[in-house]
Amino acid sequence: MEREDISEHISQQFNLEMEDLRNKVLTMGGIVEKNIADAITSVIEGDSDLAEKVSSEDLKVNAMEVAIDEECARVLARRQPAAGDLRVITMIIKTITDLERIGDEAEKIARMGITLNDAKRDSLRGHFVELRHLAESVRRMLRDALDAFARMDVKTACTCIEYDDTVDEEYEAIMRQLITHMMEDPRNIRRTLDVIWCTRSLERIGDHSKNVCEYIIYMVSGKDIRHLSLDEIEFGEKGEQKVS
Amino acid sequence: MMSGEEQTPSHGLDVSVLGDMKERSLAEETIAMDIKDVDLFYGDKQALFNVNMVIPEKRVTAFIGPSGCGKSTLLRCFNRMNDLVDSCRVEGKIMLGDQNIYSKGVNVADLRRNVGMVFQKPNPFPKSVYENVAYGLRLQGINNKSTLDDVVEWALKGAALWDEVKDRLEDSAFGLSGGQQQRLVIARAIAVQPEVLLLDEPASALDPISTLKIEELIYELKSTYTIAIVTHNMQQAARVSDYTAFMYLGELIEFDSTNQLFTNPKQKKTEDYITGRYG
Repeated sequence: MEREDISEHISQQFNLEMEDLRNKVLTMGGIVEKNIADAITSVIEGDSDLAEKVSSEDLKVNAMEVAIDEECARVLARRQPAAGDLRVITMIIKTITDLERIGDEAEKIARMGITLNDAKRDSLRGHFVELRHLAESVRRMLRDALDAFARMDVKTACTCIEYDDTVDEEYEAIMRQLITHMMEDPRNIRRTLDVIWCTRSLERIGDHSKNVCEYIIYMVSGKDIRHLSLDEIEFGEKGEQKVS
Repeated sequence: MMSGEEQTPSHGLDVSVLGDMKERSLAEETIAMDIKDVDLFYGDKQALFNVNMVIPEKRVTAFIGPSGCGKSTLLRCFNRMNDLVDSCRVEGKIMLGDQNIYSKGVNVADLRRNVGMVFQKPNPFPKSVYENVAYGLRLQGINNKSTLDDVVEWALKGAALWDEVKDRLEDSAFGLSGGQQQRLVIARAIAVQPEVLLLDEPASALDPISTLKIEELIYELKSTYTIAIVTHNMQQAARVSDYTAFMYLGELIEFDSTNQLFTNPKQKKTEDYITGRYG
């Protein structure tokens, strides 16, 4: 299964339907990515208007999930896709579930942006640098996942999966700092917990992006690598074409 | 690309809970027919090129491929139907059990009773429903009325036709619908208790509901018979078969479990054909 394969059916209409589905997934991914950025900005800058915007944008994401699901069901019913096409459709169905969950996490972060928006947030300012950095890391993961999806690129998907370990390390480091912060002064606990929820959400976004990459690898190579460690994964001919 | 058997990595998961969900592989099957190095020529023109495959016992094996790819030709080799074509020459071996059906001294009539065939268009004899089914037995010299009654009922039930025709057994077979005629022909084929049933596009001349009935019948028959089916309808192959062979220009391109072939074929040609990119 390669990028160009999508548009080589005898049926032009089928080509259009597949292309349309892919574009919708990418659009959905684009909105989700923007929402992560806005959500984290709303936390760091205490911008509750931006947080509200994330909430309303997430409704679009939810609507897209439902619409894409429906369209996938329609293609399955009408075209009975096989082989590579079948893998694309089933993996799109799974991908949009993860994208929608990422959207939910972004919305959770934005809600913290509203809660944290008061005068006492200054005591947390020291942790915002790390938080922004973690947010940048998981956004990069999502962006890579979407790129890999668009280009059916196994190599990028693999790199992205690998990168999840780095994100997990960053997450652990921030958690240690936040625990220390709580121990220093118990009055910090409530708002520090809010920051912990944000950090947790970001880490989950990384996990969901990793899932998307696993789907991409299955979509392109037909190999299911879930629950395998990276060392266990070997790529056959189909995967290697992309790794070159 | 890894082969079918290697492709199920353990994933470090406890698969014991999955039980029957684990797919059986070709290596675990009992072999009904073993096709070895088969070449077939119509005069100077070669129609099959070095076909090697097995037909697993009590499973449905489907043959797909574009028109003229040799799938019907190959199917006809399995009961030497090609002998009827003068210029046709077959090389290689087709083992049924431990006998090569192309070796000298094979009784072709016996072979065809063992390997029954059903064609695209239903071809009942111009006789009653009852006589159509009893025909093969009468040829064998069985004329005992009660034996014949039993076998006719058993075969018609086996072909899922009994309830529809039990009150009109003496009517002409031509009075049945197309789908009923096709099931009658299948009843006629199983009445002589063959080991293998060859179906050459058995449902292509039928309406969707009759097609589904035939497919349901195929599913039931495979507990007793080994079935090989040629079909133009890929979805039909995907629905009814356990194993699928894709042929192209007289060559066997890929032969694998149907699940594998329709989700992750190994050959580009197979992928292009089953996803509608061929041409």
